[in-house]
Amino acid sequence: MVLIYIDHSEKEIKKSSHEAISYGAAIAKQLGCSAEALILGTVNDDLTALGKLGASKVHQLNNESLNNFDAKVYASLIATIATHLNAEVIVFAHNINGKAIAPAVAVKLDAGIVTGACSLPNLQNGFEVTKTVFSGKAFASIKIETPKKVIAINQNSFGIQNHELTATLLEMNLPIPPASVKVTHVNKIVGEIPLTEANLVVSGGRGLKGPENWGILLDLAKALGAATACSRPVSDSDWRPHHEHVGQTGIQIAPNLYIAIGISGAIQHLAGVNRSKTIVVINKDPEAPFFKAGDYGVVGDAFEVVPALTAAILKMKHNE
Amino acid sequence: MNILVCISKTPDTTAKIAFTEGNTKFDENGVQWIINPYDEWYSLVRAIEIKEKDPTTNIHLITVGGPEVEPIIRKALALGGDEAIRVNSNSNDSYVIAQQIGAIAKQGSYDLIMTGKETIDYNSACIGSMLSAILDLPFVSLANHLELNGNSATIIREIEGGEETNEVTLPMIISCQKGMAEQRIPNMRGIMAARTKPLKIVEPIATNAHTSIKEFSLPPAKTGVKLIAPDQMDELVKLLKEEAQVI
Ligand SMILES: Cc1cc2nc3c(=O)[nH]c(=O)nc-3n(C[C@H](O)[C@H](O)[C@H](O)COP(=O)(O)OP(=O)(O)OC[C@H]3O[C@@H](n4cnc5c(N)ncnc54)[C@H](O)[C@@H]3O)c2cc1C
Repeated sequence: MVLIYIDHSEKEIKKSSHEAISYGAAIAKQLGCSAEALILGTVNDDLTALGKLGASKVHQLNNESLNNFDAKVYASLIATIATHLNAEVIVFAHNINGKAIAPAVAVKLDAGIVTGACSLPNLQNGFEVTKTVFSGKAFASIKIETPKKVIAINQNSFGIQNHELTATLLEMNLPIPPASVKVTHVNKIVGEIPLTEANLVVSGGRGLKGPENWGILLDLAKALGAATACSRPVSDSDWRPHHEHVGQTGIQIAPNLYIAIGISGAIQHLAGVNRSKTIVVINKDPEAPFFKAGDYGVVGDAFEVVPALTAAILKMKHNE
Repeated sequence: MNILVCISKTPDTTAKIAFTEGNTKFDENGVQWIINPYDEWYSLVRAIEIKEKDPTTNIHLITVGGPEVEPIIRKALALGGDEAIRVNSNSNDSYVIAQQIGAIAKQGSYDLIMTGKETIDYNSACIGSMLSAILDLPFVSLANHLELNGNSATIIREIEGGEETNEVTLPMIISCQKGMAEQRIPNMRGIMAARTKPLKIVEPIATNAHTSIKEFSLPPAKTGVKLIAPDQMDELVKLLKEEAQVI
């Protein structure tokens, strides 16, 4: 059986977990077994609808006290449940919480783990999974040598597949270990799309000259419904918050669309964004290295090009 | 306060990514090694800041690797580590590395074990989480702020679209990222002092790898950028909608 861990926050299942279910269901199909989901805590989502993503059953440890994430408690519960259900493969989204618990679960189950996976397992010579390495500059095919396997799948690398299933909801009852972490405060930036979950990202570099000029970029992001990102010097100079820094030493993202505005395209920056499906480069220097990594390019002054692009998008949306 | 800081070597960020032996090994030819930036800039520097506030703090560094990591570990000592342990083992398997660090951690009485958010070569983000299972300790990942107060830690960690404040009783494990501290450059005094700071080499414990790397590959090269004139933004929107189908 393939067990997929469902991550949620503020009573809502995360998009990356939807993808993880579809991915887990595809592995279950390869192995000829069932795909079942596991959720700790309570959410507002209709859990039987997870069948549409490929889960035949959803196991829920329906306990409000689990709504605060606690890596140690979560890992211990997931490992216990995976053992109890006799799961062969345990799938996580390689998102913030997945990164915190999947490796611990792997240790507890004596399972080999591949994090940052970006392919279905190849079963020809055992069980090999491809993952991104060198911050997206390369791939490695990793063989998991243990009977049990843990995989954390990169966000936006598999997609969602539709299934005609209604999942059966099964409530579990287990003693909850004492909390090891007390959550004292949550500060969610409202109205902003989290960068790692975003399909569309608009990103700015030093070419925008200063924080006072970010308005044109924010307008474009708003017109598209995109998240915003920036290059390292921009966040280092506090023009933009740290959490927007993408690149080899920032966040690595793989949205469907990445629009780079006034960013030169240094190797360390590209490492964080080159897995984006489509890259648009806006730069006034035709020699900027970013053009080599781009799909579409506009050689021009961002202060003219960006407002014109925003207007064109609004026009397109208006005509739809 | 005893802090164990995990240090990993990684290729310099500009290193050429190429492979040898039938694409099964990373080509280390001409590669310049650096301390993994997350380990150095955030985790180690924050440990040093804690020591600057409370000089009774001991900062122990641990690295798992062959003799080639010694210049890296000396640099970490020059920045401000007190002593270092090198476990003489080379492995690409996170589990093996976490087991080695776990074995050392069990011998010391560490209040805080710090790692970087991930290494910039294998990007696995596994060690901190694995250590929490091996040592049965609390773990907070992707932290961008850490304050210690007696035997408790206040940590701010990243969550999707925001931040969360956590209170944890020591001992614990933390993985650090941007915001935690600022990059430092070792000074001459640090470099001199590092030469005589203890660097202990220990042999690895016996443990089995759970995974092995079978093959590396490079992403397909982009086919070339399509240039659109600055006054043709309607055209760009059309391409994004109809050709790329991303909006
Ligand atoms: C160890 C290490 C790690 C690093 N990690 C990262 C990382 O994670 N992420 C990251 O981003 N960087 C990282 N860097 C820094 C990286 O090397 C570059 O310095 C950085 O990405 C450059 O940022 P930039 O493109 O915004 O600025 P610049 O390189 O200064 O480029 C500005 C660009 O804007 C263009 N421009 C100027 N005016 C206009 C205009 N009016 N209209 C349009 N275009 C204009 C210019 O032609 C230029 O191409 C790292 C460096 C090191 C050494």
